[in-house]
Amino acid sequence: MATHYSSSAPPVRLGRHSLQALIDALRGDGYTVIGPRLEDAAIVYAPLESADSLPEGWVDQQEGGHYRLLRGERPALFDYVVGPHSWKRYLYPPRQRLWQAHKQGKGWRVKEPLDNTAPYAFIGVRSCEIHAMRIQDRVFDNGAFADPAYIKRRQQAFIVAVNCAHPAATCFCTSMNSGPRAKEGFDLCMTELLDEQRHEFLVEAGSDKGAALLTRLPHRPCDENDLRQAEAVATAASQAMQREMAPDVAALLKRHPEHPRWQEVAQRCLSCANCTQVCPTCFCSTVEDVTDLSGQTAQRWRQWDSCFTLDFSYIHGGSIRRETRSRYRQWMTHKLSTWHDQFDTSGCVGCGRCITWCPVGIDITEEAKAIRDSEGGT
Amino acid sequence: MTHNADPMRPIPYRIHRVRSELADTFTLDLVPEDGVHSLNFAPGQFNMVYLFGGGEVPISISGDPARTAPLVHTIRAVGPVTRAMKALGRGDTVGIRGPFGTTWPVIEAEGSDVVIVAGGVGLAPLRPAIYHILANREKYGDVRLYYGARTPDDILFLSELREWRGRFDMIVEVTVDSARGYWAGRVGVVTHLLERGRYDPEETVALVCGPEIMMRFAIKTLNQRGVDNDQIYVSMERNMKCAIGFCGHCQFGPYFVCKDGPVFRFDQIASLFSLREL
Ligand SMILES: Cc1cc2nc3c(=O)[nH]c(=O)nc-3n(C[C@H](O)[C@H](O)[C@H](O)COP(=O)(O)OP(=O)(O)OC[C@H]3O[C@@H](n4cnc5c(N)ncnc54)[C@H](O)[C@@H]3O)c2cc1C
Ligand code: SF4
Ligand code: SF4
Ligand code: FES
Repeated sequence: MATHYSSSAPPVRLGRHSLQALIDALRGDGYTVIGPRLEDAAIVYAPLESADSLPEGWVDQQEGGHYRLLRGERPALFDYVVGPHSWKRYLYPPRQRLWQAHKQGKGWRVKEPLDNTAPYAFIGVRSCEIHAMRIQDRVFDNGAFADPAYIKRRQQAFIVAVNCAHPAATCFCTSMNSGPRAKEGFDLCMTELLDEQRHEFLVEAGSDKGAALLTRLPHRPCDENDLRQAEAVATAASQAMQREMAPDVAALLKRHPEHPRWQEVAQRCLSCANCTQVCPTCFCSTVEDVTDLSGQTAQRWRQWDSCFTLDFSYIHGGSIRRETRSRYRQWMTHKLSTWHDQFDTSGCVGCGRCITWCPVGIDITEEAKAIRDSEGGT
Repeated sequence: MTHNADPMRPIPYRIHRVRSELADTFTLDLVPEDGVHSLNFAPGQFNMVYLFGGGEVPISISGDPARTAPLVHTIRAVGPVTRAMKALGRGDTVGIRGPFGTTWPVIEAEGSDVVIVAGGVGLAPLRPAIYHILANREKYGDVRLYYGARTPDDILFLSELREWRGRFDMIVEVTVDSARGYWAGRVGVVTHLLERGRYDPEETVALVCGPEIMMRFAIKTLNQRGVDNDQIYVSMERNMKCAIGFCGHCQFGPYFVCKDGPVFRFDQIASLFSLREL
């Protein structure tokens, strides 16, 4: 994708209260600002007009099948990690009208879809989520075909990353090389510096767009100490990572399409599709064709779909993947193995959402490990 | 490809003629509504055919690749969308996106003998390859078509089969699974024809299209006769919602059948083909 991220501007400091200036500047530039907000007892991504709506002082507790928000010990704005939402719902909406056609005599004519969504600015994007966007970029511009609406939204988006301070127990981005520190793919990247003396953000520009915006915000230069403190946040986050993905998992799964573990996990999996809905890289969709009551107008909609449904693999005569075993195998093998063949990258960024939001707590890292352990050796 | 910037947008095509082939199978000759859109395709490729408000299905192109107009599709009515398409008539409009996918190896097969194995409506995706081979007959060795249908009433393109069988440069054998009324031809599965056919395994390129179970047995028989997997090409069917690699439905192991297929050289997929429910 053409978006180019690089900047030579030195990092600066923004005070806690300059976040409102950031939001205002982005809104003034015509962006719809989206950020983390507390809704229905979870951190979700929703429109953000005021920095006061950020989930100040909240931390999340995540485990297989478990998500809970707790009051933290400090008034940090970003002390939680990812929730059930991902930015994919804005770049690749759950339901989207592709086009509309109108009857004309015996024939009909297709009208251009109207896409007048304002460009998005995302605040609080984590490193794993930037990686997830880059993975979806490869899906929706695959060399042969490109999705013009996705590309437009993606190229217009302004990305304000945040470096994670406290990974959840379900995170495993270090072993997927996708975090916790955001290295590129953002316009701005913030590290929250919070102690008794101050509440500030160290901000790096990752693009000219980002650097230009920074100059318009009240900021102060950084010193060595600020840089060290920001580095320490990232290092501590790396060290706090509890889970990891089995090494060489892509080749491992290729060796085991008939492993007994697929049957075993199928006894727990409900085929509910939660994992695919929360996953920031899952891209499968289906289409729905509808007409209005008069039959004069037809619309085609595209909506998220999941390889966990029976219909997904339906062809005349019956579905290909009838058993949960086959569907779970498809999902996990695709994420971790065949994705490499298709897109030259893993389909998993280690965000842990599928673990947390699985109602029965199935853990993709555990499943991979079980298959690996069955091979013996080290 | 087309002047279509959005690959999900269909181009309206008008039905110029409907030919009833079998009780449940019909052929549409289509011309672009704007009179100018043209679609070059290679044998084995398919289009997404859209019914106004009703749905969109992948259908192979069954016409002659040397002629850009009309665009020809042969469709078997099996479910809601294809049944509704059967009710369409001359002058009605459908939407076309395509052509998509890989092609039969008509270039690679030059200089070789060609064995074409078709089952049921699987003859339709192979017909463009047959047209191409017959139009360039001197480039190929022996050409054989083995075709199996359920009953004598299910034999697709009957008059063309007769015509091809009358040629001196092509062997055509037809068999049916079962015959109730008068039928002087063969009864039995198409693999029997393959077992006995007098083709030279070393020199042969085989093109296979039909129900998956039929392809399975055909490949087994070809292998037993000494035709290796890298001499065999098959056309795969999977659920398809986009045909451009976006929707994920058509995945078959590492492949997207819509863009890495539908035609595969069998050695590419042999190990996947043997897995159940992949
Ligand atoms: C590459 C390719 C080429 C094809 N070429 C032809 C052809 O030349 N002639 C022909 O008659 N048929 C062809 N088919 C099969 C044809 O697409 C299905 O018969 C058709 O989709 C059935 O749709 P339906 O809604 O009428 O029936 P239903 O069986 O009710 O199908 C419901 C939905 O499931 C999906 N679906 C069902 N069966 C298939 C299938 N076999 N393949 C893919 N998706 C399916 C479709 O999305 C369909 O709308 C081809 C399929 C593929 C993948
Ligand atoms: S598979 Fe699970 S851990 Fe990996 S990116 Fe998707 S939701 Fe996150
Ligand atoms: S793995 Fe968990 S979240 Fe995914 S389909 Fe199975 S039960 Fe649902
Ligand atoms: S049909 Fe959508 S990815 Fe192949």
